[in-house]
Amino acid sequence: MSPTSRLRALRSPGAVELASIPIVPIDEFRASVLRAAKAGLRLCALFSRAAEGGTGLCAVLADDARGLLYVVFSEPAKTCRSLACELPSAHLFEREIAESSDVEVEGHPWLKPVRKGFPDSVAFFRESGAEIHEVAVGPIHAGIIEPGHFRFQCHGETVHHLEIQLGYQHRGVEALLAGGPDRRSAFIAESISGDTAIGHATAYCANLEALAGVRGGLRGEALRAAALELERLANHIGDLGALSNDVGFLPVAAYFGRLRGEFLNMLAALSGNRFGRGLVRPGGAAFDLTAGMAADFSKRLAQARTDLNAVSGLLFDSASVIGRFDETGAVSLTTARDLGLVGLAARASGLDLDVRRDHPHGLYRFRHIPAVKMESGDVYARAMLRHLESLRSLEFLEELVADLPRGAARGAYPAPRPGLLAVCLVEGWRGEICHVAETDGEGRFRGYRIVDPSFHNWAAVAMAMRGGEISDFPLCNKSFNLSYAGHDL
Amino acid sequence: MNVLAAFENGAVLLLLPPLLPGIIGKTKAVFGGRKGPPFLQSYHDILKLVGKGAVYSRTTTAMFRLGPVLSLAALMVAGALVPLAHDSPTSFPGDALLFAYLLGLARFATMAAALDAGSSFEGMGASREAAFSSLAEPALVLALAALFRATGGLSLNRMFGGAQWSVSGAGLVLIGGGLFLVLLSENSRIPFDDPATHLELTMIHEVMTLDHGGPDLAFILYGSSLKLLLWSSLLVRLLVPLPPGALGWAVWTGGVAALAAAVGVVESSMARLKMTRVPQVLVLAVCAAAFAVMLALK
Repeated sequence: MSPTSRLRALRSPGAVELASIPIVPIDEFRASVLRAAKAGLRLCALFSRAAEGGTGLCAVLADDARGLLYVVFSEPAKTCRSLACELPSAHLFEREIAESSDVEVEGHPWLKPVRKGFPDSVAFFRESGAEIHEVAVGPIHAGIIEPGHFRFQCHGETVHHLEIQLGYQHRGVEALLAGGPDRRSAFIAESISGDTAIGHATAYCANLEALAGVRGGLRGEALRAAALELERLANHIGDLGALSNDVGFLPVAAYFGRLRGEFLNMLAALSGNRFGRGLVRPGGAAFDLTAGMAADFSKRLAQARTDLNAVSGLLFDSASVIGRFDETGAVSLTTARDLGLVGLAARASGLDLDVRRDHPHGLYRFRHIPAVKMESGDVYARAMLRHLESLRSLEFLEELVADLPRGAARGAYPAPRPGLLAVCLVEGWRGEICHVAETDGEGRFRGYRIVDPSFHNWAAVAMAMRGGEISDFPLCNKSFNLSYAGHDL
Repeated sequence: MNVLAAFENGAVLLLLPPLLPGIIGKTKAVFGGRKGPPFLQSYHDILKLVGKGAVYSRTTTAMFRLGPVLSLAALMVAGALVPLAHDSPTSFPGDALLFAYLLGLARFATMAAALDAGSSFEGMGASREAAFSSLAEPALVLALAALFRATGGLSLNRMFGGAQWSVSGAGLVLIGGGLFLVLLSENSRIPFDDPATHLELTMIHEVMTLDHGGPDLAFILYGSSLKLLLWSSLLVRLLVPLPPGALGWAVWTGGVAALAAAVGVVESSMARLKMTRVPQVLVLAVCAAAFAVMLALK
């Protein structure tokens, strides 16, 4: 039996009829997910869904080599056997299922709350011994960052274990989107994680278009891709500045900060908002790039490339910086694969994953952007990868702006069709964004599920700290720069 | 004469120190392309803090309140021993060792107050401070030994009594380099510590004072700038021959300001060290001082 024989295949972004998705008994559901994972498929999403006669589960798996997604439903069930021990990348999904649905997960190592628990009511792993000490950081931090609680078990300066408790930003985004689409929906999608407004809005709009059975025009797709790359550039370069700041290399931090502003300003010129809010809308893009603006962008991009090379040279040619980045917070390839890491963090550890290449959406179907990866999985790899990806994005953007497809920026899009399930993967700047939408008999969202790349990757921060120095934690954390809001939804 | 010199030194010790953080900050701002805070920012901060009330946690004891006072008192007494542009009027043979121990006492008071707060951050900071200063101290003591051997004096006035480059240039370079590293470490500057960071897990000195506020924090800020001035004064006197009279004050002030600017340049041109590498660099300072001793013994 082929590992995907009981799964429904589709391409991202795409919609399939709910009736065509196999609904299998819960034990067979588990077996087929495991079989697919063993055959090299990656778990993109696993969640509970309301089905007739109770709550069932849904799994989305990706075959990156062939650019296919697979979906399977389980029959309603009271209990399910945990996948986590055999498929570690399922561990957080199962904790979420146990917390948010009435399906009981059996055999999971620790069904700790994901989003709805707070330190007062949640137990923490605790190491004991005369020389062990515990350090608790957050949820209120010294910098202007999102809230999260970090609990370290240390022996002197060495970290034995780090436990990360999030959930402080839980806003119920998925519940807010259910019942839509309405006039708020696109704004909610842009607020899933404020620094990934373009990425999440692109995934949301691609799903809506798939549900309506239309594709955005080429020019609209091009503008979305341009915005997505500008968002990637602004964030990657902002992160390089933040990394410089954390090692006390201030002049370079200021230089990177200025450069980040260039890309935010370009987004503002395009959409009127520095984070690109309001730009990506169903049917295409809400604003167009005039010929004059495109010429101006070309100049600004060329200048930014010169500046980026200059300032990255200052950072990466400095021995003291390399000494600080090298071998700090390393995540091995095996760990990365086991945890199901995605995006930049996965590529830094040597996993060859990039949705823009593996599951191309929008303009990426026609214009390719080379994927880059590193091997060492440490802070240096994540920093260097940001630099290299920024260069690729700049080249891509320069070519795109010089030769934008003709046509209307935004086409018409009809209402979503009933009884469908749409799945879309988008390579946001952190990594794979997965949106799954299900429509009811009237074409309204019966359920809308979101997986931010941070949901996959937070466990890697904890693993990166094992055996490391506690004083390296801020640097290590910054090198991942994961979203708290995207995780908490 | 002595009374006048005492007033002169006392006034400089009271008024000048907060200028040094201002010079460092300005230098860093220039490198970062910023305007930066004004030169006199530290004075404003200290005055503001003195006017504030303090908040004390119920878990702390008298040690917590004693820490900043004792630390500042020890530093001020140490200041009385250190020669500035002119010799210190309250000098005696052997005061060099008292100076080293007074710095140790100030550190002990800060660490004890930090431990008293009972926070895991402050405990880590105290442990780091103890570990790193135990490596910085031998460098100071060895440098003092080399200077004793070279000058025959046991007081700071004699040991740091004017550079004789023609006689012992190599030794001066070694001692100067070693003591500059100790200055950076003792005053929690980059590459050893990052006084500008907000990340409490990476701090050494700053994290020990997180729970202090109001006048206590003013004492700590003034104390740390005083400590920087004392170290700078010793280095300037070690390396620059000072003329007598008012010109001496001018050269000395210029030297101290240049040293503060040099600290700013170091902070702008390199990243902070990984904490596991800090001892290696401090051992370098110890070695430099040890070689200076060998040169002096030859």
